[in-house]
This record gives sequence, C-alpha cells and structure tokens, in this order.
Amino acid sequence: MASPRILYCRCAYAKVVPQAVKDGVLEGLSESETAFDAVADLCQMSAAKDPALQRLSKQSGLKIAACYPRAVKWLFAAANAPLQDDTQIVNMRTLSAEQSCQQLLGGACPSAEAPTDDAPQTLED
Amino acid sequence: MPAAAKTARRVVLYEGAGSQPLEAAQRRQLLALLLDRGYTVSRVRPDGEVSEHGGDDLVVLGRFDTPVSELANSSFNGQDAGALNLRDISSATPEEAVAMVEEVTQSSGEQPEYWKPWFPVIDYDRCTNCMQCLSFCLFDVYGVTQDGQITVRNETNCKTDCPACSRVCPEVAILFPKYKAGPINGDEISEDDLRREAMKVDISSLLGGDIYSMLRDRNAKAKSRFSKERDDERALKERQRCLKKLSQQMEGLDIPAEALANLPSADEIQFKAAQAKKLADSALAKNRADAPPSE
Ligand code: SF4
Ligand code: SF4
Repeated sequence: MASPRILYCRCAYAKVVPQAVKDGVLEGLSESETAFDAVADLCQMSAAKDPALQRLSKQSGLKIAACYPRAVKWLFAAANAPLQDDTQIVNMRTLSAEQSCQQLLGGACPSAEAPTDDAPQTLED
Repeated sequence: MPAAAKTARRVVLYEGAGSQPLEAAQRRQLLALLLDRGYTVSRVRPDGEVSEHGGDDLVVLGRFDTPVSELANSSFNGQDAGALNLRDISSATPEEAVAMVEEVTQSSGEQPEYWKPWFPVIDYDRCTNCMQCLSFCLFDVYGVTQDGQITVRNETNCKTDCPACSRVCPEVAILFPKYKAGPINGDEISEDDLRREAMKVDISSLLGGDIYSMLRDRNAKAKSRFSKERDDERALKERQRCLKKLSQQMEGLDIPAEALANLPSADEIQFKAAQAKKLADSALAKNRADAPPSE
C-alpha cells in the first residue's frame, strides 16, 4: 500500500495527552487523504499482549502519534512486538496538534501553516 | 477474564473501491466515538486494502455504492467480503453507525470493560536485572522468565496510580506511561534524575523493613487496644489512620491512599515480602550460576 503508515493512539483511558492535542491530530488525520490505523489505548493493548500490535510493529517507516518514545518502544516490546528501528514517534504530550500533524503528514497536513524544523524522533535517535 | 486479557475490537472505515468517502467532519466524529469506546479503527483509502485481521472481531463500515456481493474480495485482502460484518452507513449519523457496530459486537459477546491501564513497563536498555522491584512489590506484578529475566507478569494486579516500584529501581528503568511526570512517564532521563537516584535512600529497605515493621507494631498496638471489644470497624479506622500517616511520611513517593489502604494485613505483608524475596534470591542465584566465569 502506497500510503504512509500512521498509527494514532487516542489514550482513551487517561488524560495524559491533552484533549485539544489528541482531538486536533485526529481532525488533521480525518481531513487528510491518508490511510491510517487508530487505537483506543496502546497501553491497554500492550497489557493485553494484543496480537494486533505485532501486525503494526512489523511495518517499516511507521509513524506513531502517542506519547514519549521510550514509553511507546517498551510498551510494544512488552507485548512481544518490538518496533522497527526506523519507527518514528510523535509525542502528543509535548507537541501541539499542528506540530504533531506536521510530523505525521508533512506537506499533506491540512491545518499546517508552515513546515516545522522538528523531525519526529526515530527509535535509532 | 481480566479486562487486560481482551484484545481490541476492530472496525474498518472502508473508503476504498466500491465505497464513497465520508465527509471529513463526519469521519472525525465517528472515529472519536469509536476510539472512546475502545475500538481499534483502520481507515482504508482507494489505494489500500483491509489488512488481514487475524480473527479479530471485524466490522467494516462504508458508504457502499456497489452491492456487497459484488465488492471485490481483493479489496479485503482475499478475505470473503460476505463473511465480514459489512454495514452500509450511507444514511447513518455517526451515532447510528456506532450503534450498528455495537449491535455486532454485542451479539458476539465482546463487551469492553473499563480498566485504566496502569502497570509498570520495563526499559530493558537500562534494567540490570537486580530484582529489587520483584522483592518490593507485594502484589505479584513482577515475575521472572524461564531464562532468569525480570518481567511484568500480572499487569492488572498493579495498584492504579501507584508508581512506588519505579522509585525503588536503582536504574530508573521502570516506566508508567500514564504517570504525570518524567522520567517515570518515559521522558528522557536527565543528569538530575540520575543524581537523585544516587542519593536516594534505599526505599526498598525502607518499605521492606521499617515501614512494614511500623505497620506491624501499629497493628499490634491496635489489636491490644481493641482486643476486648474486637471492633473491626474501629480497627480498620486505626489502620487507615496509620496508613495515612505513613503516606504523609512518604510524601514524594506519590503512593495513592487507596493503594495504602489496600495493603494486605501486616502478617500477610511479611509473608508476601518473604516470598517475593525468596523468588528474587533464587533468580539471582540462578543467574550467577549461569553467568560465564569472569577472567
Ligand atoms: S501509549 Fe502513551 S498515549 Fe498511548 S495510551 Fe499509553 S500513555 Fe496514552
Ligand atoms: S529494580 Fe529496575 S533494574 Fe532492578 S530488575 Fe527491576 S527494573 Fe530491572
């Protein structure tokens, strides 16, 4: 599939990601022409060792919109679904919705005014 | 079955061949409603296909302009489109579309259960397998793998919002992704964090020793005080008062009152602590025996 591989985490069971950011990112994804996967709560899936995490983790070039890269990396590892080294993590706890969308979608981001310098962190960084 | 053992239910928002795209606002609203109810959602575009769903309980939503029987199986990764739960949402509001999904998942008995996913996650880049967390935790959250590695075994046993074991770890290797502050939430570890670790009192011995023996003493006093009347309620109140005081003494540890109030009895604590220590000691001894001899 030619589309960028994007995974959005809603962090549904806690308020650690600001509501405005997670809503803004979902809006950006919804308005884009991009295919993506969205999950309710990666933490819950990790605790459940959800096999869907293995399917997701095998994709190279995956961009994940969630929280701190160290947390996301080890949540996947805990579910026996280690992420590829080129996985990029967009931290919605620290970035604005616009910055997050820009990192996920680049030029395809509908709400982005100008490109930001910040590239999303890969697990190799 | 505990909630944590359930896999996510999956919905496909199908905007591929044979289906019209949704309006952006409707798409966003539908996605938010589904995600907030615990579903995993995949949006499929015309150049994409429904990936293999591995036996997940799959519901496919679309504004189909082609009869379901005529939809190409190729769009569904070779899966028989008729065997998937396809629902036409052409004239449905987002709420009605969610109701269609719930109808399918309810009939399959898959109901979401609320559980705030709160549990420790180990950063194995930092962990030295010292087993302090295993010795410390009284709720059997930690275990040891067959090859002697510390692991998180019973996630749902963890006390919600209690990050105490992360303070015990000498390597700052225990994360709680939903914690409010770094580095426990997975934020980068600063020099300050490491300095704090080096200066940190040995909380493990504090909690494993002093505090538990304080608890025991308190309980013993409470017992003798109430021995005549055997007033369970008053004894409970005394224990809660004692725990509250302990919690104040342990300010900074951020242990929620509920976790402290749910501590086992002093005797059980002693027993569990001894068991956990035994498990940790035997894992450490095994690891030492298995280690290659140093030159
Ligand atoms: S991975 Fe991060 S953003 Fe996702 S549910 Fe867990 S804490 Fe929330
Ligand atoms: S206390 Fe920390 S370093 Fe020691 S085994 Fe547990 S996670 Fe690893």
